[in-house]
Amino acid sequence: MLNFTIRRLLLSIPTLLFISLVIFMLLQLAPGDPMAQVPLTVPPEVKQKMREALGLGAPVHIQYLKWLEQFFVVEPMVLIDHWTANSFFFGWLPDTQLSMTVDAVTGELVQKQRVISWQTRSPVMDIVMQRMPQTLWVVGLSYVVGILIAIPIGIYSAYRHYSLFDQAGTFVTMVGFSIPPFFTGPLLIVIFSVTLGWLPSIYDTTHVVTDWESFKVQFLQMIMPVMVLALQTTAQISRYMRSAMLDNLNQDYVRTARAKGLSESVVVMVHVLRNSMIPVVTIIALGMPAIFGGAIITENVFKVNGIGQLLLTALFANDLPMVMTLTFIFAILIVLFNLIADILYGVLDPRIRYD
Amino acid sequence: MTLKSTLLGAVALTALAPMAFADGHSGERGRDGDVKVLYWQAPSILNPFLSGGTKDVESASLIVEPLARFTETGAMVPWLVDEVPTVANGGVSEDLTTITWKITDGLKWSDGSDFTSEDVRFTAEYCMHPEGGCAQGAKFDGVKSVEAVDKLTVKVTFEGPKPNPYGPFVGGESPIIQAAQFADCLGAKAPECTEANFNPIGTGPFKVTEFRPNDVITLAANENFRMEGKPAFASMTFKGGGDAAGAGRAVLETGEFDYAWNLQLAPDVIAKMEEAGKGVAIAGFGPLVERLEMNLTNPSPDLPPETRSTVAEPHPFLSDFKVRKALSMAIDRELLTEVGYGKAGRPTCNLVPAPALYNSDNTECLVQDLDGAKALLDEAGWTDSDGDGVRDKDGVKLSILYQTSTNAVRQDFQALIKDWWEQIGVETELRNLDGSVFFGGDPGSPDTFQKFYADVEMYANTFNGTDPQSYLSAYRCGNEPKPDSQWQGENINRFCDPAYDALLDELAATGDLEKRGEIGRKLNDMVTKDTMTIVPLVNRARVSAHSNSLGGVVLNTWDSELWNAADWYRIKD
Repeated sequence: MLNFTIRRLLLSIPTLLFISLVIFMLLQLAPGDPMAQVPLTVPPEVKQKMREALGLGAPVHIQYLKWLEQFFVVEPMVLIDHWTANSFFFGWLPDTQLSMTVDAVTGELVQKQRVISWQTRSPVMDIVMQRMPQTLWVVGLSYVVGILIAIPIGIYSAYRHYSLFDQAGTFVTMVGFSIPPFFTGPLLIVIFSVTLGWLPSIYDTTHVVTDWESFKVQFLQMIMPVMVLALQTTAQISRYMRSAMLDNLNQDYVRTARAKGLSESVVVMVHVLRNSMIPVVTIIALGMPAIFGGAIITENVFKVNGIGQLLLTALFANDLPMVMTLTFIFAILIVLFNLIADILYGVLDPRIRYD
Repeated sequence: MTLKSTLLGAVALTALAPMAFADGHSGERGRDGDVKVLYWQAPSILNPFLSGGTKDVESASLIVEPLARFTETGAMVPWLVDEVPTVANGGVSEDLTTITWKITDGLKWSDGSDFTSEDVRFTAEYCMHPEGGCAQGAKFDGVKSVEAVDKLTVKVTFEGPKPNPYGPFVGGESPIIQAAQFADCLGAKAPECTEANFNPIGTGPFKVTEFRPNDVITLAANENFRMEGKPAFASMTFKGGGDAAGAGRAVLETGEFDYAWNLQLAPDVIAKMEEAGKGVAIAGFGPLVERLEMNLTNPSPDLPPETRSTVAEPHPFLSDFKVRKALSMAIDRELLTEVGYGKAGRPTCNLVPAPALYNSDNTECLVQDLDGAKALLDEAGWTDSDGDGVRDKDGVKLSILYQTSTNAVRQDFQALIKDWWEQIGVETELRNLDGSVFFGGDPGSPDTFQKFYADVEMYANTFNGTDPQSYLSAYRCGNEPKPDSQWQGENINRFCDPAYDALLDELAATGDLEKRGEIGRKLNDMVTKDTMTIVPLVNRARVSAHSNSLGGVVLNTWDSELWNAADWYRIKD
């Protein structure tokens, strides 16, 4: 298993490099101009100067190599420096200054060039870190809520196959799966914010939970985005759960368990459920990168300005370094969680061995 | 008429309401708590010199301010100076090459340090740096030098005479940044100063507490703000993101926010949202005018491409002033406005409906007069001689091809206007073209608005800033699109009048604002009511919304919308 993991990790390096090249070339070839949002009043000469200031004049391969260096060398250095200086776990280590370099002209210690966003002229990774909490809270929680709802529904639907509950569950999950969040989002806003006035329609990203009262505010503002997203997760996972349970319920070992005189609850909840969870757990692991990727549409509808909204605004503004960095982080996460899913499969199912 | 009076009444009420309360409303700075502003495009940076985007310029205008600003009427007012320099008060030199600003004594930055002429000089150096990529470089066009004469005096010298010297340091796009803060951020280093770009120190009513790019800005009242008891709000939450409909909803329907910017929504959608009674939509009018352009040259497909729609071939009937006038008289602009734009439009007869200084008192066209139009055509000899319902003269029929871009409102306008024109005996054929083709300017396409292979076309145009000189210069003889110029040029109608050109030259050499207004109005009249070359229809507005409890809002389309945030306050029940 260890060998397998190491081999896969090594293999993912060329894969990721190739992905980064593909993303970079796609972005280069895509039409669009980072100056498109600048009003028409700004003359073309000024726009040209602004483009040069962004480093757009350099040849394509130089731009790519520069990005690689910034992303793989400078950014980790900045992270290490940050950890040794501030963090709880590594703060006791001597402060490092890996990302600093001596300026040739002034002789001062300055930071090496990081990946800079064209829109904000600030390091991309700082904004990503700033956005993470919102995304993890809302999208992550919706994933947890979705799974917690989906698993019991899946179990019961399979156990009472073709019952009224199963039919209703199938209907609801199909509806949930096929209605997009840009419809359910505004619909919920119209019902719960406009008509009833119970919930806020706009998420306050600056809200800090300090006491019971502020927790209530946070809870209320999270209900709608979490539920909209959870509906999608529930629909998907409950279907997998149901079919996995159905496969196992007809197996011989279930009959054996029942013949031994085990109670129904033990048969279903212990024997069948554990075996049925194997494929579901891997599906859940494969869905994890999406949490970090945020939810582009739902984040926009409720103004939960997380990673998804960041990617969308960067795309609109043709902010290539930002788009490039974000999509590449997603790529890393997808490769990583695919590996985790494979390993989990081996751990959970003794029949599967990679070596 | 009832509609007009209702509309005017509504406009007057929204304009007067804040004034009525303003007197009774004053007190301690920060007495009204928090105010929530929503921009559906989120600000990315608070340095307007590094981003030309409206969202960035306007959010920054709460913090950094220019020396002079434009009011909601487009008039210039001193902001960080005692008076606006003019030739009359000696601030602008007689030869129009220098302008000298006198800064108000005792101004402080939000960090408590003094605001001096050095900061102003530095701002110019910052934006004019060749490697900085300054988005507002055009404001500093033609500037030779900027010197700090003494602590409170700044002198700008231009390379040549500049009749409109109010480019640098005027309006929300050209604010003053603090020299001490940005000293190490010149040129190529500008983007590296993230801390300064996100948290600029300013003289405005608010200062940044926290800036989250593309998300939210938290601001607090500036304790060093020059005006006693202002701003009324202790803090501001400036949220960004979402879409215009969501922003309108948050202010007008749920009341979660106090102010929503630029609601580009259909009039009935806004009206429906307003019914919830939580807030009101307000309209601010700039110079954007939806108009009909009359082709003074012959677009007949029988002509060779070298002369079709060029000055070589005058139009068979649109070159007759009385025909053009009758076409204008047949139009009910009130109805068009109501159908297409609601609150976001008002009927106009002027090419330059704003600023007030340039707005001619030309209102004759506002009343529809179908009988008058018919009489005028009869008088000019255009009669229906063959009884087919279409007027003609000497074998030429009044048959018009009327084109515009594809857009629901424009097609409604076309249908209505076609109906009115047929009532006065003018045959009308309608055509609509995809906007990307129509406005695309491709010299190879026969369907561009520049080529004008039609008799009449409709679109909207505007100008930036408050000075219409370059906008009016479009109608100079020889500036028309033609084969020689690859069909580029702004004189779409192929209008040519030596008297108009002479007046344009006079405008270019006049520095006095009153006089410029007078010439501008005269030029406007020459292309509109005197010749009916351009038939303006609707002056279109920018629409924003504020909650019922937010007072003091004056929507300004000439400067930042948040220009008077210092005067905003909470209306208490």
